[in-house]
Amino acid sequence: MEATIVPHPKDTNATILLMGLRRSGKSSICKVVFHNMQPLDTLYLESTSKPTNEQFSSLIDLSVMELPGQLNYFEPNYDSERLFSSVGALVYVIDSQDEYLNALTNLSMIIDFAYRVNPKINIEVLIHKVDGLSEDYRMDAQQDIMQRTGDELLDLGLEGVSVSFYLTSIFDHSVYEAFSRIVQRLIPELPSLEHMLDNLVQHSSIDKVFLFDVNSKIYVATDSSPVDIQTYEVCAEFIDITIDLDDLYIENDQNNNKNGVKGANGIKELRSVSHLSNGSTLYLKQMIRGLALVALIRNENFNGASADSEKSLTIIEYNVDLFKQALVKMWIPKH
Amino acid sequence: MSQSSRKKLLLMGRSGSGKSSMRSIIFSNYSAFDTRRLGATVDVELSHLRFLGNMSLTLWDCGGQDVFMENYFTNQKDHIFKMVQVLIHVFDVESKSINKDIEIFVKSLTNLQKYSPDAKVFVLLHKMDLVQIDKRQELFTIMMDKLQKISNPYHFKLIGFPTSIWDESLYKAWSQIVCSLIPNINLFNSNLIKFNSILDAEEIILFEKTTFLVISSTASIKQQQEQQQHKLTNGKLGSQKEEIEELDPKRFEKISNIIKTYKQSISKLRTNFNNLIIRGSNGTTFYLDILTENMFIMVVLKKKIEVLNGSPVEQNEESLVLDNIKAARKWFEKIENSK
Repeated sequence: MEATIVPHPKDTNATILLMGLRRSGKSSICKVVFHNMQPLDTLYLESTSKPTNEQFSSLIDLSVMELPGQLNYFEPNYDSERLFSSVGALVYVIDSQDEYLNALTNLSMIIDFAYRVNPKINIEVLIHKVDGLSEDYRMDAQQDIMQRTGDELLDLGLEGVSVSFYLTSIFDHSVYEAFSRIVQRLIPELPSLEHMLDNLVQHSSIDKVFLFDVNSKIYVATDSSPVDIQTYEVCAEFIDITIDLDDLYIENDQNNNKNGVKGANGIKELRSVSHLSNGSTLYLKQMIRGLALVALIRNENFNGASADSEKSLTIIEYNVDLFKQALVKMWIPKH
Repeated sequence: MSQSSRKKLLLMGRSGSGKSSMRSIIFSNYSAFDTRRLGATVDVELSHLRFLGNMSLTLWDCGGQDVFMENYFTNQKDHIFKMVQVLIHVFDVESKSINKDIEIFVKSLTNLQKYSPDAKVFVLLHKMDLVQIDKRQELFTIMMDKLQKISNPYHFKLIGFPTSIWDESLYKAWSQIVCSLIPNINLFNSNLIKFNSILDAEEIILFEKTTFLVISSTASIKQQQEQQQHKLTNGKLGSQKEEIEELDPKRFEKISNIIKTYKQSISKLRTNFNNLIIRGSNGTTFYLDILTENMFIMVVLKKKIEVLNGSPVEQNEESLVLDNIKAARKWFEKIENSK
């Protein structure tokens, strides 16, 4: 094997390196999160034999590199050093349904190596396939893995390295949640984004707001209130529903022309509003670069007064527009 | 509410053909995956469903194993086949013993003719997803021809659908079955057309609230009218129709599916939705709103080019459409209650 097999990521991209023992579920994660594959279909994935590299341009340009599990990275002809020095995050996948002691040894070796090459690397561990574990056992497994990793790193003299752990499964939204966190740590502008969203929330009686990447359903930012996984799921599905309905009524040829004409002064952006029977409102608006803002708006004085909710919606609309302008200012000139 | 508003639907077919799966998906919000957990139906399972408020359906899901089947045609025949409004017979397209399937179909037709000769007969060729795409239409035509020939002596006009739980075809079949039971469907249709001319909408669709089956839509009404005209004038079904059919012909079923998914997703927040307004990416606006106690309405509006320039106009228009829907409410409520 030659070093050239490993594709060199573009230097400008934030790169995520996906590693793990064989059959831990790396390719499945990739397919489900970035290619909208149905989780059950991943059963038929072939074993990955070569490092694969995929580019995603969302708010930041992202590339995800997946390394085959069965390779030994410490063979001298592998240019591991260059590889690790260029990545932003190392995601290590552990199969929680399998015996994981081997994986932990492997993990600490990789951390040891990666950390020496690139001390700024984010190390993230996915305790994967937890859908097969019972509720109580999940916490036990996480405790155990965290404990053991901590011990191993202590033995290697690396107690300062921070490692984040996530319980994930491709059969629910936990893997999206984990990836959202991982991607967020790679966005240098995240604090200002969060601050902007906090501002928006404070002034618009919004319960929760997410900034989604429309294709992958990863959220690149949210306000500082805690994320409730159910709210996340509903918001993510709201995007799907909006897009699906919109797609049904797009006529092919005619509108391509129209879009071309209108493209100069901006294509009309997608926007959808749904009033719920408990008085809350789901709100979606298309932002820049394949992003969409989805908000859950609570209605404090809900007495069926529709005029009031109309008014607050108008205010939110105005605020969201301001937020969008800020996004444009932050990102468009760079390109 | 008169007794006659209680409709009896027989759901028959051999064991394993997918009867209970259908019922669970359409009326109990199962997803296609969930149906794998269903066991065999023992004897007859009755489910009472309220549809459009005062129409109540009793669905007789008849277990299809031979033991039960024998029983239906001998001991229980008057109990089962009396007062039947609709027979829905399900055929498994993958079935190995087609002759046996047909034999049972004939038996039920015989009994049906004896006990309720006015019943409507629907045939569903189910599990179509297991057949190659290019062979589906051919298979369907052959099967329907054969079945129609068989049922000719019993004077039943068969209406057939190819179905599968994995796509929208199931919704299409069931919404036509259920719509055939709505007595004043013509009143709905004529009012819908009127409403459409007021709104100047691209399309208006009516859905039933709990099942989200399509009750009526402006496009399908127009199509019907055209077909009737075509019959009258015997003229050629011209280019006009093709123009209308630019849109996805399966869109109604897809919308049903999407909205049902949305309803399920919203239920995680322990609530339901009142309305949904989507301003699409190319000037189409969707309004989904409650029309009556039992119906949802969806209005699809195309933005006219003239309006595009002034953006403040749009906001007004949105509330205008909602107000129009509100105003239409009382008319449709009247029709609904007139039953």
